[in-house]
Amino acid sequence: MTTALLQARDLRKHFPVGRSMFNRGGAVVRAVDGVSFDIMPGQTLGVVGESGCGKTTTAKLVLCLETPTDGSVEFDGQPLGTLDGAGVRRYRRSVQAVFQDPYASLNPRMRVGTIVAEPLVTHETLDRGRVDARVAELLGFVGLPPRAATLFPHEFSGGQRQRIAIARALAVSPKLIVLDEPVSALDVSIRAQILNLLRDLQQQLGVSYLFIAHDLAAVAHMSHTIAVMYLGKIVEIGPAADVARTPKHPYTQALFAAALPSHPDEARDDMVLAGEVPSPLAPPSGCRFHPRCPRAMARCATDEPGLRPQADRRVACHLYDDPSAA
Amino acid sequence: MNASTAVVLADVPRRATRRLSSYPVVPLTIIGLLVVIALAADVLAPHNPEVGALGMRFRPPVWQAGGSAAHLLGTDHLGRDVLSRLIFGARVSLVVGFTAVIVAGLLGVALGITAGYLGGWVDEVIMRLTDTWLALPALTFAIFLAAVMGPSEMNIIIVLACVYWTRYARVIRGEVLSLKEREFVRLAIIAGCSRLTIMRRHILPNVLNSAIVLATLMLGVVVVTEAALSFLGVGVPPPKPAWGLMLADGKRGLMAGYWWLTVLPGLCIMFLVLAANLLGDWLRVKLDPQLRQL
Amino acid sequence: MTEPLLELRGLSTHYESARGTRVTRAVDDVSLTLERGRTLGIVGESGSGKSTLALSIMRLLPPAARIVGGEIRFEGDDLLKKSAREMRHIRGKRIAMILQDPMASLNPLFTVGDQISESLRVHEGASRSAAWSRAQSLLQAVRISAPAARMKEFPHQMSGGMRQRIVGAIAVACEPRLLIADEPTTSLDLTIQAQYLSLLRDLQRDHHLAMIFITHNLGIVARMCDAVAVMYAGRVVEAGPIRDIFNKPSHPYTRALLESVPRLTDDNHGRLPAIDGQPPDPSAPPSGCAFHPRCPQVLDKCKTQAPPAVTVAASHTARCWLHLP
Repeated sequence: MTTALLQARDLRKHFPVGRSMFNRGGAVVRAVDGVSFDIMPGQTLGVVGESGCGKTTTAKLVLCLETPTDGSVEFDGQPLGTLDGAGVRRYRRSVQAVFQDPYASLNPRMRVGTIVAEPLVTHETLDRGRVDARVAELLGFVGLPPRAATLFPHEFSGGQRQRIAIARALAVSPKLIVLDEPVSALDVSIRAQILNLLRDLQQQLGVSYLFIAHDLAAVAHMSHTIAVMYLGKIVEIGPAADVARTPKHPYTQALFAAALPSHPDEARDDMVLAGEVPSPLAPPSGCRFHPRCPRAMARCATDEPGLRPQADRRVACHLYDDPSAA
Repeated sequence: MNASTAVVLADVPRRATRRLSSYPVVPLTIIGLLVVIALAADVLAPHNPEVGALGMRFRPPVWQAGGSAAHLLGTDHLGRDVLSRLIFGARVSLVVGFTAVIVAGLLGVALGITAGYLGGWVDEVIMRLTDTWLALPALTFAIFLAAVMGPSEMNIIIVLACVYWTRYARVIRGEVLSLKEREFVRLAIIAGCSRLTIMRRHILPNVLNSAIVLATLMLGVVVVTEAALSFLGVGVPPPKPAWGLMLADGKRGLMAGYWWLTVLPGLCIMFLVLAANLLGDWLRVKLDPQLRQL
Repeated sequence: MTEPLLELRGLSTHYESARGTRVTRAVDDVSLTLERGRTLGIVGESGSGKSTLALSIMRLLPPAARIVGGEIRFEGDDLLKKSAREMRHIRGKRIAMILQDPMASLNPLFTVGDQISESLRVHEGASRSAAWSRAQSLLQAVRISAPAARMKEFPHQMSGGMRQRIVGAIAVACEPRLLIADEPTTSLDLTIQAQYLSLLRDLQRDHHLAMIFITHNLGIVARMCDAVAVMYAGRVVEAGPIRDIFNKPSHPYTRALLESVPRLTDDNHGRLPAIDGQPPDPSAPPSGCAFHPRCPQVLDKCKTQAPPAVTVAASHTARCWLHLP
C-alpha cells in the first residue's frame, strides 16, 4: 500500500471580512471548511466545483501561499504547519504550479531561458553551462527547441507559453504540480496537445498533479481521482471514471448533467439545477446543498452529512447514510 | 522528446528582424548638442556671462534694429550677453535638471516598490510619509529647504529631489499593487524566490516604463521650479546663469518689449524638455521587449 | 417558399493597419443562411473571424475594419445599403446582440429597471410607466426572482448569472427576429450555464426567435444549434445541419477538432488525438488552404490554391480539395 505523497486532513481556511485595523469583529468567509484528501505519487487528483467552492483556496493552501486556519497538510510525511522559512523554501522544491493565463504567467521582460531556469537557480548554485544544459533539456521535455531560451515570451503563442510555464514548473524536478485551469485559456485545438503533454510527463517523470478545471471532461480524462467541492466542502470523492459515470451526490449529478454534450444526440437528463450558487459568507445550515437539492429530506436542513465511505468512494449525503446507524 | 508533442521548429519564430531605430536620433542630437555646448561653454561663449557693461543694457538681437554683431542675441538688464548666458546656462539646467530627476526617481521608485510590495505597516508608514510630504506646497518647502541649506547647485539638486520623489512613489506603488497580483509574481514566490529578489527581478523592470515617463514629465517641472527658486534667491546663486533664472529676470522686460530676454531662454527650456520626452519614449520602447517589435 | 431570415452572400470584412500596409482578411467570402426560428452556431477559435462576422452583421465594426464585399440580406433587405439611422432602428429592435461579459454590457450607474426600459422607450416610444411595467414582466420571463425589487437594483449587486439574464431581457425586450449571442456563457459556472441555455431555448420558442451562437465550444453547439458553420482563418470551412456535421464531418479541421475534445463517455487516460501546430495569425495566414500546415490529409494542391465550397450532402458544404476530383 503506497503512502500518499500529500495528505490533507480537515483543512480549513477562513477569511475575515470587513476587518480593518479598528474593527475586529465581523463576518467570516469559510472558503475551505474541513477538507480531507490524499494525492498519491504519480497520480492526478482532479478537483471540480463552481465559483465559491474553495478549489482555488485549496490550491493556495497546498502551495503554501496561504496558511490554514485549522487542519493539516502533510507532504512526504512532513507537516507543513511546522515549517519555518527555510523549511518552506525546501518545500518549494517539491511543489510547483502552472496557472491559467499563459499571458500573465511569464514575466514579459525576462527571456524564456531565464524564466525556465529561475526555480533552479533559486535553489541551487550551478555554473552557467549546467544551467543552460538543464534549460535545454526542460524545453525539450515540452517540445520546444533550445533556441527558444533566447526569445521573449511575447514571441510565442498561448499554447507555446503554457509549455514554457510547464517547463519552468519541472525545473527543480518537483513531485507535485498544481495545475489551475491549465488549458481553459487556450484555443480548443491546442488543448489536446497540452493535455497529452501533461499526461506524457506524468508517465515519464512520475510527477503527481492537482488538477483544477471547470471542464469536466478534461478533468475526468486526466484524473485518477476526482473530488467534487461545494461551498468549501468535498461532497464526493472517488475514482475518476466512476464518479464521472455514476455520480452519487445530487450536486455531482447536477454538475455532470450540466456538462455540455459532446454530440447532439447524447442523452441529457435535463436536470437543470434551480437557484444561484450561494455566497460562502452565509452558507446554508445543515447540508450546504439542501436549498437547491432536488432530493432534500427534512434532516438535510439541520444535520450536516459527513463524508462517509460508500463502496469505492466517499459521499457526503444523507441519502447514503446507513439506515442502521444512529 | 516525444515526436508527436514536439512543436514544429517553424512554429517558434525567428528573432524578429524588424528593429526600432537603433539610436534615438532627434533627442540625442538635441541633448548631445546641449552637452557639447555646456562642456565647451568656455570656448564657445563670446563674452563673460556674469559680467555686463551697463552701457549696453537691453540691446536687442542682431537681426533687430539696434542690435549688434557683438551680442548676437542681445543683452539683458545688466548688459550681460544673452548668448553667453544661454550657453553657460545649459550647464546648470542640464546638470540640475537631470540629476534632480534621477535622484528623485531612484528614491521614489525604491520607496514605491517597497511600500507596494511589502504592504502592511511598511506600506502604511511610507504612504503616510508620502501624504504628508505631498501636502506641503512644493515650492514653499523647496524655499524653506533651500534657505536652510544655503544656495548652491548641489543643494538645489538635493532640494528638488527631496520635493519630487513623492510623485514617483505614489504612482509606482499603485502599479506595484496590481503587479504583485500577476501570476508571474505568484509563480516566483512558488519558485522560492526571496522578496528582495522578486522586487528586484520581477517588479522593478515592469515599473521602469512608468518611471521613465514620469521622469520626462518631471524634467520640465524641475527646471521651472529651479527657475522659481533662483528667482527668489534661494536657487542657483546669481550671477551664475541659469535658464530659469534668466526667464524670471526677463519678465520685467516683457512689457517694454524686450522679448528676447524671456523667449530665448524659454525656447531653450522647451527644447530640453522636448528632447527629454523623446528620449523617454525611445527608452520605454527599448526597454520593453514587447513594444520593440512594433 | 419563404426566404431565409438572414442570408450572407460572399461577405468579406478586412482590417487595415494604420498605414494601410497590412490588410487582415478577418472575414473572407462567407456565405450562410438562417431560417426563422432556427439556431445557427458559428464555431471557431481565436483569429477565426467569428466575432468580426457578428459585428459585421450588426454593422458595429471598429473604424479600422471595413466590409469590402458581399451582401447581408435580412428579411429581404440588404443591410449594407442601409443608412446609419436605419441601422439604429434595426439594432435592438429587429436584431439584438448579447456579449460575453455581462458586467461590461451593463451600465454600472443605472438601475436594472432603467436599462431594460431604455430599450423599450427608444425603440417603441413607450412611456416611462409602460416601459417600467413591461421591463418587470421581462425580468419575470427571464426567471429572475422578486422582479419588482430587482428592478431598482444595480448591476454590481447581482451575480454573473443574473446579469447575463438581464442582458438577455434587454435583448428580447423589443421582440427582435434575430438574436446574436457572442460567447454568452463563457464566464458562467456550469450549472448556471445550463440554466441560461435552457432559458434561451425557452425564449426562442416563446418569441419565435432565430439565434446565432458564436462560440469556440462544440458542446454548446451540440446542445443548442440546428445548424453549424465552422470558421477557420476567416473562411467558413464547413457548414451544415448539426447531426451531419457531428456524424460525418467532411473537413479535416472539423473532424480533428471533434476528435481532440475529451469526452465524458470515453475511457480515461487514452491519448487524445491532437491537432499539430497552432491557429494561424489572421494577418498572415498560410497560402492556399489556411489549414494545410496542420492537415493530416494535405495534398500538394492545398498549399497553393484555396478550395471553393463544395456541396457534400444536402445543405452540407465543405471547403476541401479532398471532395473535388
